Amino acid sequence: MDPTGEVGQGLKSLIITSFGLMLIVVIPVIVMTILFAWKYRGTNLAAKYTPNWEHSNIIEIFVWAIPCVIIFFLAILTWQTSHSYDPHKPIASEEETMTIDAISLDWKWLFVYPDEGIATINEVAIPVDTPVHFRVTSGTVMNSFMIPTLGSQIYAMAGMNNDVYLEGNEIGNFRGRSTHYSGEGFSEMLFDTHVTSDEDFRAWVNKVKQSPKSMRFPEDYNQIAKPSIANPVEYFSQVSPDFYGDLIKSYKAGHGGTDSHGEHNEARESSMPMSAQAAE
Amino acid sequence: MFGKLSLDSIPFHEPIIMVTAAAIGIIGALVVGLITYYRKWGYLWTEWVTSIDHKKIGVMYFLVALVMLIRGFADAIMMRTQQAIAAGGSEGFLPPHHYDQIFTAHGVIMIFFVAMPMVIGLMNLVVPLQIGARDVAFPFMNNLSFWLFAVGMILVNVSLVVGEFAKTGWLAYAPLSELQYSPDVGVDYWIWALQLSGIGTTLTGINFFVTILKMRTKGMTLFRMPIFTWTALCTNVLIILSFPILTVTVALLTLDRYLGMHFFTNDMGGSQMMYVNLIWAWGHPEVYILILPAFGVFSEVIATFTKKRLFGYKTMVWATAAITVLSFIVWLHHFFTMGAGANVNAFFGIMTMIIAIPTGVKIFNWLFTMYRGRIQFTTPVLWTIGFIITFTLGGMTGVMLAVPGANFVLHNSLFVIAHFHNVIIGGVVFGMMAGLTYWFPKAFGFTLSEKWGKRSFWCWLIGFYVAFMPLYALSFFGAMRRMQSYEQTEWQPLMIVAWVGAVIIAMGIACIVIQIVVSIRDREKNRDLTGDPWDGRTLEWAAASPPAKYNFAYLPSVESIDPFWEMKQQPGGFKRELATEFEDIHMPKNTAEGPILSLFALFFGFALIWHIWWLVGLGAIGMFVTFMFRIFNDDTDYHVSAAEVEQTEREYHKRLEMQA
Amino acid sequence: MATDTIKQHDAHAHDGHEHHDAGAMKVFGFWIYLMSDLVIFGTLFATFGVLSTATAGGPTSQEIFELPFVLVETFLLLISSFTFGLAVLAQNAGDRGAVLKWLAVTFLLGAGFVSMEIYEFHHLIAEGAGPDRSAFLSAFFTLVGTHGLHVTFGLIWIAIMFFQISKRGLDSVTKPRMLCLSLFWHFLDIVWICVFSFVYLLGAM
Repeated sequence: MDPTGEVGQGLKSLIITSFGLMLIVVIPVIVMTILFAWKYRGTNLAAKYTPNWEHSNIIEIFVWAIPCVIIFFLAILTWQTSHSYDPHKPIASEEETMTIDAISLDWKWLFVYPDEGIATINEVAIPVDTPVHFRVTSGTVMNSFMIPTLGSQIYAMAGMNNDVYLEGNEIGNFRGRSTHYSGEGFSEMLFDTHVTSDEDFRAWVNKVKQSPKSMRFPEDYNQIAKPSIANPVEYFSQVSPDFYGDLIKSYKAGHGGTDSHGEHNEARESSMPMSAQAAE
Repeated sequence: MFGKLSLDSIPFHEPIIMVTAAAIGIIGALVVGLITYYRKWGYLWTEWVTSIDHKKIGVMYFLVALVMLIRGFADAIMMRTQQAIAAGGSEGFLPPHHYDQIFTAHGVIMIFFVAMPMVIGLMNLVVPLQIGARDVAFPFMNNLSFWLFAVGMILVNVSLVVGEFAKTGWLAYAPLSELQYSPDVGVDYWIWALQLSGIGTTLTGINFFVTILKMRTKGMTLFRMPIFTWTALCTNVLIILSFPILTVTVALLTLDRYLGMHFFTNDMGGSQMMYVNLIWAWGHPEVYILILPAFGVFSEVIATFTKKRLFGYKTMVWATAAITVLSFIVWLHHFFTMGAGANVNAFFGIMTMIIAIPTGVKIFNWLFTMYRGRIQFTTPVLWTIGFIITFTLGGMTGVMLAVPGANFVLHNSLFVIAHFHNVIIGGVVFGMMAGLTYWFPKAFGFTLSEKWGKRSFWCWLIGFYVAFMPLYALSFFGAMRRMQSYEQTEWQPLMIVAWVGAVIIAMGIACIVIQIVVSIRDREKNRDLTGDPWDGRTLEWAAASPPAKYNFAYLPSVESIDPFWEMKQQPGGFKRELATEFEDIHMPKNTAEGPILSLFALFFGFALIWHIWWLVGLGAIGMFVTFMFRIFNDDTDYHVSAAEVEQTEREYHKRLEMQA
Repeated sequence: MATDTIKQHDAHAHDGHEHHDAGAMKVFGFWIYLMSDLVIFGTLFATFGVLSTATAGGPTSQEIFELPFVLVETFLLLISSFTFGLAVLAQNAGDRGAVLKWLAVTFLLGAGFVSMEIYEFHHLIAEGAGPDRSAFLSAFFTLVGTHGLHVTFGLIWIAIMFFQISKRGLDSVTKPRMLCLSLFWHFLDIVWICVFSFVYLLGAM
């Protein structure tokens, strides 16, 4: 793996650290296994044989203490990194954080730039060294939003507002995808992530703004939400205000992505302990 | 009349399925023909199908598991082949429609219909013998459990030819498994196969829990129980506490699909996150249900073949108990990426790591059992040593996944696949193979071929590393699980290596089959009349091989952890002597009610899948009537007369003397 | 020391003794079954807890629960538990007639409970507050319905016990079954008290 984002790099070193910590116990175990198996083979009558030996306080203390100590250090590491790499935690930066909404559909990604008022399908551009706040939801089944070289992934779930902060530190084009199996078109649920200079980013935004197409909720959305596999990149120059919020609310109102059941009463949200934050 | 079922439900246009179906049909016809030719139907019916003998039920579980291992592996090799081909725009030979069913079926079959029956089969065969009992607490229920499990297995296999299987992944995450996104019968097959076999498993859990707690022979206190029995006890506790959660979760999904309810739907207040929480509240204990008995097997094997007491018996027991408890408070580590807060994630991550402590202690205890022993490198020992090394690595990658930060990039990738195959193959499969080789002579009276057993071991061990190490590597380049195709051609070489690994594992499976065939052929040569081919330590080796239907003519009494071993260490050693007087032995009677009830359950499940409502009714009434039959049946037990016991024992001793 | 299975002569082991154990083992096994059933109800309660406010714009618990009605249901079940206790006392006294009498009374009370529940469900569905209206109602119907289904099975069991006891009297087969049934019935009572408190009382407040 060759991370190109701050989060990704941090996570890479975290993986290496935890791997190294565990090798402290794993390597001796493997060596001991092979050594004991060889030394105490049945044919080696020279080796000591103690058929009734079954207990030793010293060994017992060691076999409990060693794993305990390693897990103790790993636990500290876990506690710290769970907080420092919490996907919901904003990235400290001099640049202002930018917001992009990522919406998983069957089987493509819809990106909305609420500040620019533009939207795209299967392509996202971000300026280099700028923290990006991805708000992530789904217009279909559960998916997981991930740009592997940038760092963390997060689930996309209908009616839920999830989020992840990422930052690209190298200019380039990186593949992003859904990592959570979501049905027939899952394998091709890919998108391009362009990490660009500020000027190129402005140029890209202007390019999108040239598009004649618009993305209004719900009429345009219902069209685009229909299943398609390997959908080509599309641009939308107009987006209805609070598109993202409207989509989430549509599930809360007992109305859903389909236009079938229920009244449009104000719904009280259900919240699940130990899971994603519910909308708002 | 036939609900949603029509001729169109049979995928005639799919050559792979049709060829498979034809092959199964031919083999099936052959088997039926042979049984008819040798007039063995009556024998099968009275001695096996209706049997309430725990040993025979155990053998049937294991046999089904081995057959299903081949089925599940066929899925595996197709997946590996697909991924070895489908790079850079190639679609491979399996379209998503088919590929998605295959990875779902592979997971469901390997967990529910291979690993589970192997574990339960060994428990059936061994536990009553180890605790010096004549049967389980509820013999009829034991037979019923097996047949309900068999019904689930049959439903999964029927889905191959009639209709289709789920395309949702083995845990059928909602809302993908909801009617809106999976309108076909695939998920319904999944539901009813799991529900019916799951009820069987719960009944088994209750049965063995009561057996172990109430039927131990004289002197066998809890802390004198063999370690395998201890792990079986903990596994049954886990079954009793966790399988009902699966039952409810699947039932709620059923209500969503059949009655339009909204437990896990996207809209109308349903919560998909609740589904994920519930399914893993069962799913995590489930992995310990599988691994604990494997730990038990390794403990027995290592003590027997090092000719040495197990190091740290009490520690072993407490470590097992600790794992049992901890397994219920770690389920969230399966979905750190759902978006819970940092505190919650950290808590579950640390809890998960804490499980590594008792597990690590167990590994050290096995090592120190080997220390200053006299190790005989039999097949079970090879499996055990292979396990210690492989499982340690798997445990390490497991702890890495338990670090939420690392999990954010590793989750859903091939790393996860490599990790759980690392612990399931390296732990459960190796353990069950060790157990099979170890206790096979107890069940049949002759040992398995060591030569083919060792070949099987080396194929599995090497095949595992060749197949799954590349997946660890690929995950760091962004390769995800469940991909039907991928664009990166640079991944292809490692995918091909993984395919080679799968082929080596295939050879390992072939070796098992050959091992069994060869051993049956040479059974006279490998005959073990003593009942104690390995110089064993625990009570099961004190019984004859195969044991009489009543196991022990007189129930033994014990005063230590390794009673049989110590008996043999007495001055003058252990001699089998024929008793002078015998008593009647009270035993349960074989019964057809279990299989008949399960047959109706099969109709019931199949009819529900296809919405054939009259057949649903018929199945339900059939089950009820059969059950009533059982309730009003007084003819459930009998006495083996003292004369018959004496005759059996005399014959056994005559054979023993002849051999001597 | 441990002894050979064959050498050991534990002269007065088995039979009568084993037979005696069988009944106790059944009751113990049934306790374990009840524990697993408790996990089922526990899971359903948790589900209901999570979804209790997920009304999706549909009726809320305050709007649909009628406490006085449910209170009558509750008392029917509580009294039936008491009458079942009387049946077990009669069994201990060996009075078959009294056992049958109290079983019949228990059956009637239980049937009354189930009928009231069916009426309540029917009423709710007719008003458009069926289980497919919202996640809250799905969870409500499933939790209460699962309990109701258990009571229904209990009723069938009572009928069978009635028939069996009148046919063969109180013996080593029927007595442990009566004890299991009594455990089952009291268990359902306890579950109902939880349903009444957590679902109806809390919901109506």
